[in-house]
Amino acid sequence: MISQFFILSSKGDPLIYKDFRGDSGGRDVAELFYRKLTGLPGDESPVVMHHDDRHFIHIRHSGLYLVATTSENISPFSLLELLSRLATLLGDYCGSLGEATISRNVALVYELLDEVLDYGYVQTTSTEVLRNFIQTEAVVSKPFSLFDLSSVGLFGAETQQSKVAPSSAASRPVLSSRSDQSQKNEVFLDVVERLSVLIASNGSLLKVDVQGEIRLKSFLPSGSEMRIGLTEEFCVGKSELRGYGPGIRVDEVSFHSSVYLDEFESHRILRLQPPQGELTVMRYQLSDDLPSPLPFRLFPSVQWDRGSGRLQVYLKLRCDLPPKSQALNVRLHLPLPRGVVSLSQELSSPEQKAELGEGALHWDLPRVQGGSQLSGLFQMDVPGLPGPPGQGPSASAPLGLAFRPCGNANPHKWVRHLSHSDAYVIRI
Amino acid sequence: MPYLGSEDVVKELKKALCNPHIQADRLRYRSVIQRVIRMSKLDQWGQAEVLNFLLRYQPRSEEELFDILNLLDSFLKSSSPGVVMGATKLFLILAKKFPHVQTDVLMQVKGPLLAACSSESRELCFAALCHVRQILHSLPGHFSSHYKKFFCSYSEPHYIKLQKVEVLCELVNDENVQQVLEELRGYCTDVSADFAQAAILAIGGIARTYTDQCMQILTELLGLRQEHITTVVVQTFRDLAWLCPQCTEAVCQALPGCEENIQDSEGKQALIWLLGVHGKRIPNAPYVLEDFIENVKSETFPAVKMELLTAVLRLFLSRPAECQDMLGRLLHYCIEEEKDMAVRDRGLFYYRLLLAGISEAKQILCSPESDPSLRLLEDQAERPVNSWALDFNTLVPVYGKARWATIAKCQGVEHHGPELPNTAAFPTSGSLIPEENKERVQELPDSGALMLIPNHQLTAECFEKTWLSLKVAHQQVFPWQGAVHPDTLQMALQVVNIQTIAMSRAGTQPWKAYLSAQDDTGCLFLTELLLEPANLQMQISVKQSEARTETLKSFISVLETVIGTIGDIKS
Repeated sequence: MISQFFILSSKGDPLIYKDFRGDSGGRDVAELFYRKLTGLPGDESPVVMHHDDRHFIHIRHSGLYLVATTSENISPFSLLELLSRLATLLGDYCGSLGEATISRNVALVYELLDEVLDYGYVQTTSTEVLRNFIQTEAVVSKPFSLFDLSSVGLFGAETQQSKVAPSSAASRPVLSSRSDQSQKNEVFLDVVERLSVLIASNGSLLKVDVQGEIRLKSFLPSGSEMRIGLTEEFCVGKSELRGYGPGIRVDEVSFHSSVYLDEFESHRILRLQPPQGELTVMRYQLSDDLPSPLPFRLFPSVQWDRGSGRLQVYLKLRCDLPPKSQALNVRLHLPLPRGVVSLSQELSSPEQKAELGEGALHWDLPRVQGGSQLSGLFQMDVPGLPGPPGQGPSASAPLGLAFRPCGNANPHKWVRHLSHSDAYVIRI
Repeated sequence: MPYLGSEDVVKELKKALCNPHIQADRLRYRSVIQRVIRMSKLDQWGQAEVLNFLLRYQPRSEEELFDILNLLDSFLKSSSPGVVMGATKLFLILAKKFPHVQTDVLMQVKGPLLAACSSESRELCFAALCHVRQILHSLPGHFSSHYKKFFCSYSEPHYIKLQKVEVLCELVNDENVQQVLEELRGYCTDVSADFAQAAILAIGGIARTYTDQCMQILTELLGLRQEHITTVVVQTFRDLAWLCPQCTEAVCQALPGCEENIQDSEGKQALIWLLGVHGKRIPNAPYVLEDFIENVKSETFPAVKMELLTAVLRLFLSRPAECQDMLGRLLHYCIEEEKDMAVRDRGLFYYRLLLAGISEAKQILCSPESDPSLRLLEDQAERPVNSWALDFNTLVPVYGKARWATIAKCQGVEHHGPELPNTAAFPTSGSLIPEENKERVQELPDSGALMLIPNHQLTAECFEKTWLSLKVAHQQVFPWQGAVHPDTLQMALQVVNIQTIAMSRAGTQPWKAYLSAQDDTGCLFLTELLLEPANLQMQISVKQSEARTETLKSFISVLETVIGTIGDIKS
């Protein structure tokens, strides 16, 4: 199994190092890993590397490298799953996973590692079992309190204190002090969708893929039962039909092993007894057949005057979301041929920004309201370069943010709908 | 020890799986296995461990096998990818005699694998893609309808895009070839040169089956006049001209004009080779080569110079009038002024060849222009599932077979088990022994005194008569494990010119075989192979028609090598 486990910062500084088997031979394994990672040739994958009869497997999470080494030929899926689970667990205990939080909670991390892995074998990663063994408490940067909200005004004027929680509300440590448990009866439910879209240059839709997850972050004492109801018209697979309308359809669905599905068939209710911490309740996939129109449409026009080397690009972006939602942090990335020199721009609203990045034009739109249309005209000088520009712009945008509460006082439930685009490519 | 539920279960499990006597007690063994499988209180790590342990179990009957598979079915639908892959591997190994069960399992695991390929975690995505490629080696049509999932997106890291391009190249079929080619064509103009080159090579790979469409795309790409694109396209053309002679015409038409855009060694070599071999169809070939010759003094790559020598000589043999002068200049430069000895030697060789006569030069240099049979040999590379089933869900597919071989060599002999190509089940069409094993069998000690003649035929009656009249010259026992596969053995023996007179069917006990061979002096070697019911030893008895100890020893060593190879394969 695992010989060593260590966490490096994004620059390669070791934050945590744990040797389970003592077979490192006296070498600085972390240093070895980082050097190998940075020196790797471009076409080799860094996920699994080999050096000196030792395999290094790592994942990148929040800018940190979580690395495990092994000398046996074990399953990559199990190992990657273990690393992800460790990342989630550390996040649960420390609030969030980052260089700062790890450095503040080193003792807690080592204690966790001791309990999770014994001589390199996985004992358990369930928060239930671990609760009984972990004594150290997490150190947070500043204590969180819901009373801080009154000064925060999100999404416009009408914010009542109990209605909206800032997006960092869920990021405090789950399993910290046992004394003030009364404050913490809250549940955060995130429906996160990743949208992957490819539109050809003639406007036809080549590929659309939605990967969705329902994530639950529970601060409730474990053992309490929870029921999550999905809309009755939720259908799985192409042939199933429920309700009277087109319904909400997904292609495939998979559930966490602790979810009881007995009421799912009849009433679309998921019953579970979640442990404290983060849990992915359900995963679903949908491709090629979206029930609602795509959120963005782009109407480009490109004029290139080869003689003077002047490239003029006019982009009109139309947002087809329902008017109440909005898209935040939309960024359009338009790859350009090499040698683009200068940029002059005319944008339709003052809070947008455009600049030349490496080999591409970045157009930032902090907020796009549903149903609106924005345009930008860009002129660039491209001195004498043959060849057309490559692929068209790609937009990356988290869309439709609304942090809506539902249910009454105790326990608090917060539901959030987040879709963000994995790769939204429109070809010119 | 991984946490498997309780001490008793762990004890029972250990006992059952390590103790051959318990294994012999069928009922007890089975109940332990079932209890282990039914442990629903295990978390995903325990389940993965259990599935790993069960790999060592060999079910004794078909119904027991299907019993176990039924019990394990639920693991295939687990939400943990480690458990799903572990269960898949177990199914593939347990059902190694039932290819339709294996195909079924691979169908079931399609969903989870595709989900993993589009997962948020890049690393999981990569591991899943490597396994998809592994599966495509045996079932090329498996993912063809899901080709869209393998389209690359701009934000993915380079190594994932490369894997996806490889997968796209391998899952092409008649229905999706149009869209896949269009997508790949889009990648060819990508900003990243490496990725564009990989896409072009993929199109070259598809071109072996769908030549016309790919040739069109490749020719269009040449029109872009971009250096990194042109060099790879010309290299692809060279490979295609060799493998698919029908596209030579199109290649020749597309070539003129490329030479301005190629600066790197590989590209130049490919272009020069094409001009040399197919020069008679390209009108301005001599002029292009002349350009190269003018600049040969400033040429930095010796490989290019060597290629140039060969190409100019070839072209001279087909178009002498135009090339005579420049060939002379080139040879003069290479022999008199060139500092690289390899190039100079080649120049000298060609000069002396020409002195020997034009017809001799033609005989040596005018090789065939293409070899389509090579393509057919490569296409036969569809390997049976059993050859890689043991490697599934391990690090082997993630590294790739080539890298794993180098790693295994570094790690030493102890780790040899799963890395040897596992060819326990040959495809029933009876194709050749895979290359690696053939080499091992042929690496026989050069016995010097022993030359077994091929096509030696001895009738059964003759064999029997001779057998009964001779006395046993040599007897030996050989350690053996498991059953014999007669077809494998027969083919292996045929490679070394040993004829099989008679062989029992697989599984009969005791298992016997009678072999005969004759060396060039006419001395006959008759052999009997006997495998006892205990299946742990194979007894070899050899009778020789003329008493010659040296040749006998050589023959024994040949036989040992063959049997050793076959025995190794199965262990």
